[in-house]
Amino acid sequence: MPDAPLLELRGITKRFGDLVANDGVDLEVAQGEVHALLGENGAGKSTLMNVLYGLTSPDAGEIRFDGKPLRLRSPRDAIDAGIGMVHQHFMLIPVMTVTENIVLAAEPREGPLLDYGKAHDIVRDLSDRYGLAVRPDERIESIGVAQQQRVEILKALYRSARLLVLDEPTAVLTPQETSELFTVIRSLREQGTSIIFITHKLNEVLEIADRITVLRRGKVMATVATTGTDERRLAELMVGRSVQRVEKGAAQPGEPLLSVRDLVVHDSRGLEAVRGASFDVRAGEIVGLAGVDGNGQSELVEAITGLVKPAAGTVVADGHDIGGHGARASFEAGVGHIPEDRQRRGLVLDFTLAENLNLRNVRRRPISRFGILDPRAIAERARRLLGEYDVRGGGPGTRARALSGGNQQKVVIAREMSGTQRILVASQPTRGLDVGAIEFVHKRLLAVRELGAAILLVSFELDEILALSDRILVMYEGRIVAEHGSDVSESVLGLEMMGGGSAAAV
Amino acid sequence: MRDRATAWLTAKSPAVLLPVGTTLLAFVIGGLVVALTGHNPGSAYRAIFNGTGLNYLLPWTSSEDKDFAALNLQQTLIITTPLMLTALAVALPYRCGMFNIGGQGQYVAGIVAAIVVGSHGAGLSKPVHLTLALAAAALAGAAWGGIAGAMKATVGAHEVISTIMLNWIAIYGAQYLFELNGPLQGPLPDVPQSDEITSSAKLPAVWGVLQPLHAGIFLALAALVVYYVLINRTVFGYEVRAVGYNADAAGYGGIPVARSYVATLAIGGAFAGLAGACDVLGWEFHIVTNDIAVSQIGFIGIAVALLGRNSAIGIALAALLFGGLQVGTSARALDPTVFPPQLAGNLAVIIQGLIILFIGAQLLLVYAWRARRRRGAEPPPVPRVDPTAA
Repeated sequence: MPDAPLLELRGITKRFGDLVANDGVDLEVAQGEVHALLGENGAGKSTLMNVLYGLTSPDAGEIRFDGKPLRLRSPRDAIDAGIGMVHQHFMLIPVMTVTENIVLAAEPREGPLLDYGKAHDIVRDLSDRYGLAVRPDERIESIGVAQQQRVEILKALYRSARLLVLDEPTAVLTPQETSELFTVIRSLREQGTSIIFITHKLNEVLEIADRITVLRRGKVMATVATTGTDERRLAELMVGRSVQRVEKGAAQPGEPLLSVRDLVVHDSRGLEAVRGASFDVRAGEIVGLAGVDGNGQSELVEAITGLVKPAAGTVVADGHDIGGHGARASFEAGVGHIPEDRQRRGLVLDFTLAENLNLRNVRRRPISRFGILDPRAIAERARRLLGEYDVRGGGPGTRARALSGGNQQKVVIAREMSGTQRILVASQPTRGLDVGAIEFVHKRLLAVRELGAAILLVSFELDEILALSDRILVMYEGRIVAEHGSDVSESVLGLEMMGGGSAAAV
Repeated sequence: MRDRATAWLTAKSPAVLLPVGTTLLAFVIGGLVVALTGHNPGSAYRAIFNGTGLNYLLPWTSSEDKDFAALNLQQTLIITTPLMLTALAVALPYRCGMFNIGGQGQYVAGIVAAIVVGSHGAGLSKPVHLTLALAAAALAGAAWGGIAGAMKATVGAHEVISTIMLNWIAIYGAQYLFELNGPLQGPLPDVPQSDEITSSAKLPAVWGVLQPLHAGIFLALAALVVYYVLINRTVFGYEVRAVGYNADAAGYGGIPVARSYVATLAIGGAFAGLAGACDVLGWEFHIVTNDIAVSQIGFIGIAVALLGRNSAIGIALAALLFGGLQVGTSARALDPTVFPPQLAGNLAVIIQGLIILFIGAQLLLVYAWRARRRRGAEPPPVPRVDPTAA
């Protein structure tokens, strides 16, 4: 790096009680550099960025921006200095237009009034200059997620950001949208904007970043140039040990255990979300269901697991008709369910682990007799499952809230797969988990497949679908539009997920 | 030993220290008000304390004073009894995630049923008649609560709104029943009053002579035990708590959420109905329409449940506090030379109001504190995952 770096973090330390979230972190970002910040959940990435954006003040350390020391008391200071941030959850006002959102709080004025014409022109110019196509007069609520992200980026650029922090920007995007975002990032880099790109996806880092800083447990493990490193080495730095890709043998599918026929499901507004889906999942196979969020996957899963009544069609699990008979009937028929939102649905966060682990079978002996709970049996079963599934961070009496996401998910999996379940519906089973926990979940899914379970895997992560599935179904606008073996390419799936490709023919 | 005590205090501190601190603060402010009126707060509070009869329990109370104290204590416990029950009517639905404001209506429903059954059926043996009257009151309360539960379970009507409306239906309905020329007016043509409870339906006296403490207190204490066991030891209680904490997860786990709503409001209503039965079968023995209009037992039960943090022991203590305040400041129990009873009655209302205000403020403070932590200085998800594990 010949020039002085644009941003220098020196020895940033931040403690929360006993927890050292950032421990003497050094980070340098050069002018026009794309710098990836890589680390597992809880490694300290978010804390570091909160420090950089003035949301949290560090206990020790110094921030230098453009060669001068920078003191941040609030995000306002960061914005004024030229630091922009695009959060994982967008901070946009749905009922306002793209233009209004971009100029918000720094509006071009005409007297006391917003000069909308001028604002509109500014947005046009910015949009042309960086190749960020947006429709300035559209309302936020009527544009897609990828568009909203562009609005967030434009908002930062409008405030003359010289350093842009993108927090997990690809988590919500399809492969095509991701590659479009990368084009934008490259164009920003060419025009001299520096970018900090936060992620835990290794392949993206290698594709887009110039340099990579890996955080683990609040410390910088290494800063490496992208050329000369590879996924394996990065994963080792991130996790602290070598990570194997899950290996799976050929499927030995048996008879169909889960049969869905002509299923129609309405969403909460009464609109048809699933429009006549039919498929089988056989014993000993993993069927992946690929699709962009909001194409009926959630409603399909809810109908199979008894959470909503289908409007038409049948769901047969292991010979039992379970369509519309409720969650208990579905579970009793052998369907385990890893829900897509473990904190909202999968766990009662204020219950202990023992209570959570017995959510499904609290009415069965020996957990209860004649309606009276047996605390000893509850604790015993919990202890056994916690050991078996290697749940760390608490015992049977610990509240579920106190566990990390990965361990919470282990509790859900332990409960859903511990009985005589022969069918598993896994919805986003690794969402928000770090590399180590993802590996655990994937191994478990493959292990129950070996034991002859039928698994329906719903995921927005194509990597995950491709790595685990024996067959892949693509869902688009409530219909199953394509079926593939496990050898299909990501780009074909991506196209079909957007309603293109061979989808129309099926 | 000391460490264990500290650990216990730390773990229990919000549950124990907050209500105690709240109460003390309310009394301190109440004391300032007393001082403003030119009286001595110390002697006023001592007089109120003696008015509750709780000095009966102190070893240094002289035997003549003890007789008078016993009389006061009996009255305090008579009021404490229905308060424990109406507090349970709030506590059980609360654990299921609902706020039952309808304790007053359920209490009135219980009164009406207890009067109807208790004033008829002369000639029945006491155990049979009393059981029937109590059961009728519990069922009436359960029905009144159950209506709100069923409305929530079927059409999603919010229980706060529906129970408030059901309160007024019960109150005005009961007044109509017993008023002049009302269908259930008693034998006195010029008095808007019900029939008398026959002796076979009266709760037996257990302590005292003039207006003795009745066996209803054992009923209330038993209800506290039932509540504790139900919530903590049964499948039903487990399911109720699951629904209360997270109805989505409960439904996902196969728990009948709608049924839990109906059942908890119905059982809560049964507790409030029993409170009504205790009052009419225990010491009032008839009801005057004016009593129905001015009764606050169901509403004070809300404050008792909040102060007692919905725990069985907390409710018992909070009910004693509110019952004591009521009796200790009554004109009959208080020596007018120490502190004028009219002022004392207001003081009781001030203290009750402050306690409720502080409880509300606590909820607000806790909420604000959490919101602040979420926004600004939020710690990252605690990295308990040991990456070398898995």
